[in-house]
Formats: sequence, C-alpha cells, structure tokens
Amino acid sequence: MPPLIRFDNLTLGYERHPAIHHLSADVPAGALVAVVGPNGAGKSTLLKGVAGELRPIGGHIHLPELPRGGIAYMPQRSEMDHSFPVSVFDMVAMGLWREIGAFGGLSRGQRQRVENAIEAVSLSGFEARQIGSLSGGQLQRARFARLILQDAPIILLDEPFAAIDARTVEDLVHLILHWHAEGRTVLTVVHDFEQVRRHFSTCLLLARELVAFGPTAAVMTDALLARARHLSEAFDDNAPECHVAEAA
Amino acid sequence: MSPYELLFAPFADFGFMRRALAGCLALSLGATPVGVFLLLRRMSLMGDAMSHAILPGAALGYLAFGLSLGAMTVGGILAGLVVVFAAGLVTRASVLKEDASLAAFYLLSLAAGVMIVSLRGRNLDLLHVLFGSVLALDDHSLLLIASITSLTLFGLALLFRPLVLECFDPSFLRAVSRLSPVAHYGFLLLVVFNLVSGFHALGTLMAVGIMILPSAAARLWTRNLPAMLLFASLSALASSIAGLLFSFHADVPAGPAIVLMCGLVYFASLLAAPGGLLAGRLPVRKHLES
Repeated sequence: MPPLIRFDNLTLGYERHPAIHHLSADVPAGALVAVVGPNGAGKSTLLKGVAGELRPIGGHIHLPELPRGGIAYMPQRSEMDHSFPVSVFDMVAMGLWREIGAFGGLSRGQRQRVENAIEAVSLSGFEARQIGSLSGGQLQRARFARLILQDAPIILLDEPFAAIDARTVEDLVHLILHWHAEGRTVLTVVHDFEQVRRHFSTCLLLARELVAFGPTAAVMTDALLARARHLSEAFDDNAPECHVAEAA
Repeated sequence: MSPYELLFAPFADFGFMRRALAGCLALSLGATPVGVFLLLRRMSLMGDAMSHAILPGAALGYLAFGLSLGAMTVGGILAGLVVVFAAGLVTRASVLKEDASLAAFYLLSLAAGVMIVSLRGRNLDLLHVLFGSVLALDDHSLLLIASITSLTLFGLALLFRPLVLECFDPSFLRAVSRLSPVAHYGFLLLVVFNLVSGFHALGTLMAVGIMILPSAAARLWTRNLPAMLLFASLSALASSIAGLLFSFHADVPAGPAIVLMCGLVYFASLLAAPGGLLAGRLPVRKHLES
C-alpha cells in the first residue's frame, strides 16, 4: 500500500531559517501519529505545511488528491474571535461546509447529525449558548464536534490537549481513537509523553530534523529523546547557507 | 403644536422631507447592516478611514464634470476600490496588518483629495461633499441610494455565511473553501458602495455615523446576530425620522441631526442595555442553581 503522506527531503521555515530541516518520512494511510519533540522542534510547522498554510522552502510534501476541506486542520492558536455572536450549534454546523457550502440549508438529517456531534463531545444542552460563554475545555469540545462533521480523511491536531483538564483529555482521546478506527489518518502534536505511550501506536520524533519515526516503543526511548533535546539548538541569525543536496 | 403638526405635517406637506425620509429608509436598510459587520469585524474606525479615502475620487469627478452626481459617484467608488484593494493586497502579501496598510492608503488618498479640491473647488462645494444634502436629494440621488441598498441586501444575503465565518474563524473558512477572499473583498466592496451612498445624503464625514452608532447600540442589547441586524436597522430608521423632524422644527442641518439622534439611542443603550455601563453596577441578583 503506497504511503498517504510522503515527506520528501522537506524543508519548511520562516524567512529562510528552517524549522523543519530535510525531513523524509512516509506516513501510511490510516496511521495514528503522535508528533513529538521539544519546543521549537518544528511540530506545528510540519502540520502547517501539510495543511497547506506554509509553502516548503525545499523538498516536497506529496499528498493524495483530496477535495478542498479533505484535510481538517485544528491549529493550536486559533484565530477564532470568541466575542463574535454565534451559537455553539451554528459553529459546530459549519463542519458540514463541504456538504452545504455557502448557501445550502440544513436538512432535518443534517440537523440531527449536528446534534449527534454535539452529544458526542458531551455538550448537549449548550447548543444555543454563545461560543464566547464557553470555558476553554468546552470550546475545545465544540471544535472537536465540528471536526467530527468535517468528515475529513486526514486530520491534523496541533496540541489539542494544551490547558485542558484530564476528564476532557480522556474524552477527546477517545474521539481520536475512534477516528483512527474509522481508518482516518491522524497527526497530533502531543507534549505529554505518558499520553503518547498510552494511546498512540506511531510516533514521529522531531528536533528540526527527523530523530526517529516508527512504533512508539521504539521511538520514545531515553536515548532518542535525549538526542532530540540535544539537537534542538538555538535559531542562529547568522547561520550560513545549508549545503545539503536538495535532490533526495 | 398638535401631534399631527409635530410628527406628520412636515412629511405630508413637503416633498423634500418625503425624499429625505425615503433616502434615510434606504440607508437604514442597507448601510446600517453593513455597519453591524464593520463593528463585529472590529473595523468601526476603518469605516471612517474609508470614507476619507473616497474624497479624491469624488473630487476628481467634480473637477472634471462639475457638480455631477454620476461623475462624483463613479469617482468615489473607484477611489474607494483602489484603496480597499491596494490595502488588501498589502495586508495579505506583507507583514503589515490590515489597519496599518489601510491607514497608509487612506491618508494618501485623503491628501490627494484635499489637494484636488483646493485646485478648483469653492468652499460651498466642499461643504456639500463633507456634509451631504439629505434635504436636497433629487430623483437621481434617491435612485442611486435605493439601488445601492438593494444591491447591499442582495450581497449580504449571498455572502452571509462566508462573511460570518470570515469574521469569527477566518482560518477555518480558508481551510474549507476558496470564498475567504470573496467574502473579504465582497464585504469591503459593499462598504465602499454604502459610504458613497451615505455621502450623497449625509456627507463623507457623517455617512459612517448611521452605520456604526446604531450597530454599537444594538451590540449592547443583544448577542444574537439577526436580532442585532434588525435592531440596528430599526433604530437607524427611528433616529433618521427623529433627526429629520428635529432639523425641520429647529431649523438645523439634517445630516448632523440624524447622526446626533443615532447618538442619543447609543447613549440610552449605554445606560439601559444589559451590555452597557450600568449592568455591572446593579445589585447582584440571586444566582441560579446551575
């Protein structure tokens, strides 16, 4: 089976400084990958690259032909304006965009699916609430409900568990495992090694360059984690040009 | 003075008052909803900036064709569009944020406008451009304002969903659809059209008043978007009627009178509305169980 996402000698970065440096890896279809690494390792950058928000400055990301919206990307720092007057129901219903587009109304069945998604994240009863009145954890649940409806084959989650309580994390992990069971490909940035070891079968350890990629038990070793910490040197303003060959 | 003389006679007896009323009705239905979105996008002050940006176009139209409605309208719209699209381009392609790029272009536009007006304008004409002439709306102006309102309502209906998403979660809209720039520029297009429409009635300086003040008042009352749009339009209309009557009876300029009435509603809302100044100072009501 061919890989779903292929990183081919990929370099991603900002103003010529690489945040991801010559990364090559194949992510098989249906994989559940924890993206792990120290701060500044390029984890968020990698997801941005896959989501198409950042253009590679070297190498390629090979993705399958997907309709627009086929990649559901949940950034860490959402640009969402929480003071905007919109209800939880309406916000979650926007996950159906691929079906309803800019003008379509919601059928009875689709309304039911929105209700179901809201129920799946335990937010029933909050449908009419304004998103501005939700707590951090509730808002994260609402964003997951919207992801459910997006029905995307590739799901990218950037630190979905940051500043979220244990109970909510447990519920959200449950949803991620469910997506994995449905055959979706999920890449999640996770900081908590315990969560990685417990829930994620595959691990991609980054420190600007690829440290290790494979079964979690083989990647999350003390030796490799120490190597990742060691590799994540400071960003050097006067770094010389990189001379690693671009052709893989 | 009987209630009839106070409230109805001015409109019943004078054609110019009826025309002014029709113009204000159109503005309340078109420009005010656009103002609600300006407010929600935190672009309240940008409406003001945009209204200045229109000046050189209107002035050029005036310079070339004299006090011609068509020339000044087309000129104003073109100048507004140049500023909007240039600023949009700079915002999307450079490190400058929207406010900075818009400020740069509108300041240049305003300077160019003042320069052009001073080349040949007389003070009286400048006053017309700055303060409008709601009590002297002719058929053409009225038709223009009504057309822009129809276009606006149609445009807002078409753009509603993408525009709401563009306002509150732009990265999500970009991820699921190509409509993000359509919503962004489409909306700014409507802003320019309505500012031009408003400037014929109220002048470039006052046009933003009927867009932003009723919207701010509405935001104080409700957190429901359709209710906000309705409240804003109705209060803009009520303020317009009150303003026209005040201007008629007290013999003061109508444009500022209308905007001041909008301000009255705003201040009343500040005092009385749940989102206003006093809400936090009332005695604490017994809290709910959950």
